[in-house]
Amino acid sequence: MVEEKFDAIVIGAGPSGLAAGYTMAKAGMNVIIFERGDYPGSKNVMGGVLYRDPTEELISGFWEEAPVERYIIQQDIWVLDDDSVITMGYQDNKFAKKPYNNFTVLRAKFDRWFAKKAEEAGALLITETVVEDLIYDDKRVVGVQTGRKDGEVKADVVILAEGVNSLIGEQAGLHPKIPPEHLAVAVKEVISLPRETIEARFNLNGDEGKTIELVGKATEGMMGTAFIYTNEKSLSVGVGALLSDMVDANMNPNDLLEELKSHPTVAKLLQGGETKEYLAHLIPEGGYHAIPELYRDGLMVVGDAAMLVNGYHREGSNLAMISGKLAGETAIEAKEAGDFSMDMLSSYKEKLDDSFIMKDMYKYKDASAFFATNPHFFEIYPKLANEALHELLVVDGKPKRQKQRKILEKVKDKRSYFGIAKDLFNAWRVMR
Amino acid sequence: MSEKMTLEDKLYLDRFKPDSESHLTVINRDFCVNECDEKPCTFICPARVYEWDEEEEIIKVAYEGCVECGTCRYGCPDNINWSNPRGGYGITYKFG
Repeated sequence: MVEEKFDAIVIGAGPSGLAAGYTMAKAGMNVIIFERGDYPGSKNVMGGVLYRDPTEELISGFWEEAPVERYIIQQDIWVLDDDSVITMGYQDNKFAKKPYNNFTVLRAKFDRWFAKKAEEAGALLITETVVEDLIYDDKRVVGVQTGRKDGEVKADVVILAEGVNSLIGEQAGLHPKIPPEHLAVAVKEVISLPRETIEARFNLNGDEGKTIELVGKATEGMMGTAFIYTNEKSLSVGVGALLSDMVDANMNPNDLLEELKSHPTVAKLLQGGETKEYLAHLIPEGGYHAIPELYRDGLMVVGDAAMLVNGYHREGSNLAMISGKLAGETAIEAKEAGDFSMDMLSSYKEKLDDSFIMKDMYKYKDASAFFATNPHFFEIYPKLANEALHELLVVDGKPKRQKQRKILEKVKDKRSYFGIAKDLFNAWRVMR
Repeated sequence: MSEKMTLEDKLYLDRFKPDSESHLTVINRDFCVNECDEKPCTFICPARVYEWDEEEEIIKVAYEGCVECGTCRYGCPDNINWSNPRGGYGITYKFG
């Protein structure tokens, strides 16, 4: 389809692919970016929190012109039970001042903007085009096969940014088929509300925003979280849980979301809202041990396709963008050296190791496996905490010591003191 | 939210451009009948694309409403062939 040979091909116009494409194009490289959707972002979903600092490593001051929804000044954690909720929140008014800390975004809008930046830097963006396979010369990746007629395109280096459903990565043997224990399935709705209503309901001024992460009943005790994020004139409301847990529980993701929306405390926040879109996506949760091969002769893997997600801090887009940037910088060095061998591209992995990305991935390397096999944290403890507070706060003539005893009995009923001590110690061990 | 929306209502809000051929295929029909008791595809799919037809003993695949998350591919015990819809087809999110 395109006769000329490119310096670099990027597969996928999400945060990681666009970061790589933008970085390389800005340095004068001849870059082509393939996107299978109508436009960048049209197949992309996230909660959506976008972090300012890592995004500014690519485009300084981006938030002045990019389509961001609200800057976040308050982050809550809600521990949900059937009829109750324990709320914890942190509000920081420093986050209300420029340059802000993080933003809510909607991917279809933000990615489109980001892609435009890459195009302005000189990258060629080809949409509505599926990349079906890599092309090899012996063991070296030399291009891609697209779904178009005569769809071979050649380049010195290919950057694989195809996302979590990494069909090409699997086909190439970079990783085995991802097991359901290493994926979370998340669904969300974008629910429109007048901005004044959002501001009044969430105690916000102007463009200030708030995020709420919900655990416990929110996922019916499965490993995962739910979320409510404020956008400019809508809320992003969703829930995600480990796919293996969902399968075991015979749970439909949309049913789980409906359950969450009908919780009396949540329902009050959504009241009068009108759903505008229903979305679903997988999240790569395999962690450090599940990271695939990241480079080969003529190939680098970035973002979700590289399993680079830190679920414990709900970070993903920042790891995607920075991995894309580092791969882009490695490609620039490779072009200068005229060497796109595996040996040369191994410096991409070194850059990742030196950055927060691998340091954070390594820090939580055992956390996923631990929490997946210890459901108490998502099921028993949230419930016990709610029940304990209920007992403590109901004034019914019973003396407090009797109430305390009742609470402790309830706790002991569900989990031995030794079991709790063990859980806490182990949780500290995998999270420290 | 006033009243509960059905999944059909929600999917109606999304923009789809279905291709003439399915990008989702069940690989081995006999496996569904004889070996797959749970049939996770029938409940795990966020868009409920898959439905077990008791009479015909077959999984029906309404690929036109697929939101392309890939959940079925990983939730099914290896019996679904999943490929990306052709360029320009499938779901187009307005918000994301």
